[in-house]
Amino acid sequence: MAVKKFVVGCFDEEGVLFDAVKKVRKAGYKLHDVYTPFPVHGLDGAMGLRDTSLHTAGFIYGITGTTVALSSITWILTSDWPLNIGGKPHFALPAWIPITFELTVLFAAVGMVLTFCYLCQLAPFVKKHHFHERATDDLFVMVIECGDEAEITNFLKNIGASDVNTQVAETGWWFGRYDKEEKAIEYKNETVLHN
Amino acid sequence: MALKYESHVRGPLVEGAKDYHQVTEDIVRPIETNPSRLWWMGFIISVALLLFGVYSIYRDVTYGIGQWNLNKTIGWGWDITNFVWWVGIGHAGTLISAILLLFRQGWRTGVNRAAEAMTIFAVICAGQFPIWHMGRVWMAPFVMPYPNTRGPLWVNFNSPLLWDVFAISTYFTVSLLFWYSGLLPDFATVRDRAKLKWRKFTYGLLSFGWTGSTKHWQRHESLSLVLAGLSTPLVLSVHTIVSFDFATSVIPGWHTTIFPPYFVAGAIFSGFAMVQTLLLIVRKVLKLEDYITIEHIEVMNKVIVLTGSIVGIAYLTELFISWYGRNPYEIYAFNENRLNIFSPYGWSYWLMMACNVISPQIFWFRKLRRNIVVTFFMSIIVNVGMWFERFVIIVTSIYRDYLPSSWSTYYTPTIWEIGFYLGTFGLFFTCFFLFAKFFPVIAIAEIKHILKRSGDNYKQHWVEAEKESLEKFYHDTHQDHH
Repeated sequence: MAVKKFVVGCFDEEGVLFDAVKKVRKAGYKLHDVYTPFPVHGLDGAMGLRDTSLHTAGFIYGITGTTVALSSITWILTSDWPLNIGGKPHFALPAWIPITFELTVLFAAVGMVLTFCYLCQLAPFVKKHHFHERATDDLFVMVIECGDEAEITNFLKNIGASDVNTQVAETGWWFGRYDKEEKAIEYKNETVLHN
Repeated sequence: MALKYESHVRGPLVEGAKDYHQVTEDIVRPIETNPSRLWWMGFIISVALLLFGVYSIYRDVTYGIGQWNLNKTIGWGWDITNFVWWVGIGHAGTLISAILLLFRQGWRTGVNRAAEAMTIFAVICAGQFPIWHMGRVWMAPFVMPYPNTRGPLWVNFNSPLLWDVFAISTYFTVSLLFWYSGLLPDFATVRDRAKLKWRKFTYGLLSFGWTGSTKHWQRHESLSLVLAGLSTPLVLSVHTIVSFDFATSVIPGWHTTIFPPYFVAGAIFSGFAMVQTLLLIVRKVLKLEDYITIEHIEVMNKVIVLTGSIVGIAYLTELFISWYGRNPYEIYAFNENRLNIFSPYGWSYWLMMACNVISPQIFWFRKLRRNIVVTFFMSIIVNVGMWFERFVIIVTSIYRDYLPSSWSTYYTPTIWEIGFYLGTFGLFFTCFFLFAKFFPVIAIAEIKHILKRSGDNYKQHWVEAEKESLEKFYHDTHQDHH
């Protein structure tokens, strides 16, 4: 993944952050991401992110679970190994509802969590560049892809950032450990964007 | 800012003037400091109990479960009582984290993490009982349906006992995923503060590389909401299915349609009592009184008096229906085996009534709801009562069945059956002590999320703003009339 240069602005208040995001977008700078210590409601909308369709995936996993449960129980109890239980019908749908329900929930939950981890690239030993250590504590960290460095720095200061700095970072993730200073994969033809 | 509306009638949920950094400091402190002497004492006692339990189980496997003193008539004694009791306790966590999330109850944020942890540990403890009750425990994998070389011989999908296997394993998995996905951001907080190498490494591993990106938060919110939506019917289904183990049989005293709602209410009742027991200790030992406030305790006591009363109504309904149904066996089971205090196990019925129905009624008084000593005492009483509820249901129904020649009253548990029960206490508290030391006991990110609405120093401001806008509203509408 490309190594790029970023201007990083830190905000203390989420109230200031909202206006700042709007101003940055209005000014036409390329907003890379905003890192916050907790979910700030409405920030995704302000940044212009589209809604996640994770819940749709969850629905699909859920009906997969329903189908798997119903079809396999039907096959097992009516054709593979029909058991005569008190002369009752082999196709005993009401008795299968509990397991069908449980498998629906199980498939939906497991599938959604795995999809979530895949989409966000979350797994043990995955390391990402952290623009600020306190982004998981009390700072709201806005990261802008670098154009004119001085101009963006000034702009961020004007709209209320308490601390502004410039960092060169790889945008993706790599395998590494958080207790060791490891460099991201270095590419031969790495391009640092100047202006 | 889409801050959630919260009634000004509700007291502040975070006490003391906190800012975001202070919240992190307060909650991460136990992880970064050495555990107190009290913690070590509790931990060592728990591990000792756990080891005793392991030895009891070792004997069960070696000599068979005959050493539990069970007999042909009383085939389910302490063992299944303990199973249902632990599963019941495991219900409060998901109720708090899922149902209260859907109901938008802000107070859940202070207690949800610990309650979910309690759920997971309680379900692990519950699972031990049916597994070791199998006797030949190496046969346990056969309860899972998979293509096999025995025919292939499948499990019976029409059996409530198999529904139980599915319900409890699904419940455990989903609760664990829900809990862990909520923990990711908080592990990242610990990781980013860590100075020690091993801590940075471990929490780096546990946090899965969480950064706090807005897109990730957006997905995280969606995930939490859907998992809450899935867990809500799930938590109701689990104890419903446990109750089917009894209700679908034809034993007098078990064969009742009221069992599912009655079991679910009882489960929530005992679960909240256990949450109270644990949190009253946790807030004291870890000095988290600002986050787990009297407000939280009062709200949970309200849930206890509500569910306790529902359970009480269920008991009375059972008695009424046994009389109204005119089934002589059922009338005998209720009037003679249970209501008659002089019958061999009649005392347990009345103990259950006193603990579960009568004693929680003291929580109608606000003063007692907000009293920590009373709450702690009551939380133990409720769980004793709920243990006896399961004992009453199981033992008083089966010790005198249809055939008087096989009636049995000589059932008393052996030390090994009690030891197994104590062992699960050891397992539960060992897990909980480790959790309290190494995990953020309160959801840090969620507390920060509600801080500006429910924090002590912010709440006042909101209440004033609300009043002001009311006055302004009145003023504006008043002028319209002129």
